[in-house]
Amino acid sequence: MALRTEELILNLGPQHPSTHGVLRMILTLDGENVLDVEPDIGYLHSSVEKMMEYRTYVQSVSLADRGMDYLAALANEEALLRAVETLGKIEVPPRAQWLRVIFLEFQRIASHLVWLGTWGADLGATTMFLWCFREREQVLDLFEKSTGGRLHHVYFRPGGVYEDIPDGWVEQALAFCEEFPGHIAEYEGLFTANPIFEVRTKGVGVLPRDVAMNMGACGPVARASGIAFDVRKTFPYEKYAEVEFDVPVQQAGDCFARYQVRVEEMRQSVRIIRQCIAKLPPGEIRAPKVPITLRLPKGEVYTRTESPRGDLGVFLVSEGEEHPYRVKIRAPAFSNLYALSEIMRGWKIADVIAILGSTDIVLSDVDR
Amino acid sequence: MPDLPQKPLPDGQGEGFRVSTASPIDKLVGMIDVLPGGTVILSSVEQVLNWGRSSSLWALGFGLACCAIEMMAAAAGRFDMDRIGTFFRGTPRQADLIIVSGRCTIKMAPIVRRLYEQIPEPKYVISMGSCATCGGPFYYDNYSILKGIDTIIPVDVYVPGCPPRPEALYEGILKLQEKIKKEPFLRRRAGVVPA
Repeated sequence: MALRTEELILNLGPQHPSTHGVLRMILTLDGENVLDVEPDIGYLHSSVEKMMEYRTYVQSVSLADRGMDYLAALANEEALLRAVETLGKIEVPPRAQWLRVIFLEFQRIASHLVWLGTWGADLGATTMFLWCFREREQVLDLFEKSTGGRLHHVYFRPGGVYEDIPDGWVEQALAFCEEFPGHIAEYEGLFTANPIFEVRTKGVGVLPRDVAMNMGACGPVARASGIAFDVRKTFPYEKYAEVEFDVPVQQAGDCFARYQVRVEEMRQSVRIIRQCIAKLPPGEIRAPKVPITLRLPKGEVYTRTESPRGDLGVFLVSEGEEHPYRVKIRAPAFSNLYALSEIMRGWKIADVIAILGSTDIVLSDVDR
Repeated sequence: MPDLPQKPLPDGQGEGFRVSTASPIDKLVGMIDVLPGGTVILSSVEQVLNWGRSSSLWALGFGLACCAIEMMAAAAGRFDMDRIGTFFRGTPRQADLIIVSGRCTIKMAPIVRRLYEQIPEPKYVISMGSCATCGGPFYYDNYSILKGIDTIIPVDVYVPGCPPRPEALYEGILKLQEKIKKEPFLRRRAGVVPA
């Protein structure tokens, strides 16, 4: 006599340590096997797009910090200000541009460290969490010295940056760049040849190239599936055209490839920061005559930047007022989440955790 | 507890109970209460219990938004919240404390309420950051964020900041510990102090 079995519907989240925020995954299970996955989002919808319509452009920068991807606040500021400065034809002085690149790359390192640490904790390696946060605190110290904030900075302003870096900052940043590649080697020593980690990630959650392309996956997720696309290379902004760096690409498309891509990106970020510091010119840090109540000319613009999570775009419509008529944010985590939830079917529950962690989603970015 | 009054023993024999200040443990004992039905040295047990309860507050590992990152930083190496006895548990059944870290949407509010109800008594709430306290920067022109977590669950300690630094969260937890140490925990159970 056969045992009668039936499908089980399981809610993963919204309160679950592995969902990295407040995501609800409705899993249809047959035993341990996942038959269907349906992400339910909106638990962190903060309506920043609507709120920006009632704020001046300077005020919107602080909303971009909080309401969008909070692990990469400076990348959000850059994304918004790219749109504002492109439409308003505001020239950013070279020193401010170089400073922006330095801070964006430090932000990328900090964001990837949170990802690596929390994903390690998901997979049972609490050591990785402690190690990554140790180095992240050093980056946050650098942020704090110049921007005044640890997470939310409001450092980039229309036409430049808020303040110049203080004395001794460059030396501290260079000391970090000297030390950090050694720490990356430590992480790799813990993970790359670790048999448990290999079993959990190699060949797990393979995202084929065509699926990644069709679902609009971007950033490290797409690059791990063999799509060699990086906004910093393809559509360079600020001073990215003047620095040398490689875009790491992996063909496998599994969780392990996504890990390799992000770890290599941290190395490249260090390389970019070193070049920027060497090329950092003296001079103005803010364009003159950018009023606080900035009025942009009538028109619309779409700009894209490479945030730590991928292709972050901002569509801005201005009616000539001091606030935008409409702001639409193209969030990278949103498309990455849906690209990977396509391929979660057929895996075990434990693999769903590994795949979800490898997307590096931030629910604030998904929901906005 | 140097500020406690020295009461004479009820039967009139001997001196009042002396309060020693030699060590923190000695500070805990030394208060006599009169209960209906007899004189019981009760509050020393209560203080010992409160001391123990306040020193091992297990928090629910539950993050809402940006403040959760600072909460994680407070738990990680540099700040190391384990030192003051607070560490994170994955389920509300094992937690004493819920740190509401970040903005709570109206969609999320019933779930936060349910998580709070799932925590066994006695339970405490820390509202971390401006958003959880009052809506923060999402107060005006916003249709989706709850204007303060205290509209759905009772809050013990508010930690200001956007987001609060890990040190500020520390201060909040230490304030909560002080509050717990003053609680009439057993006397409330015995019905001496109204709940």
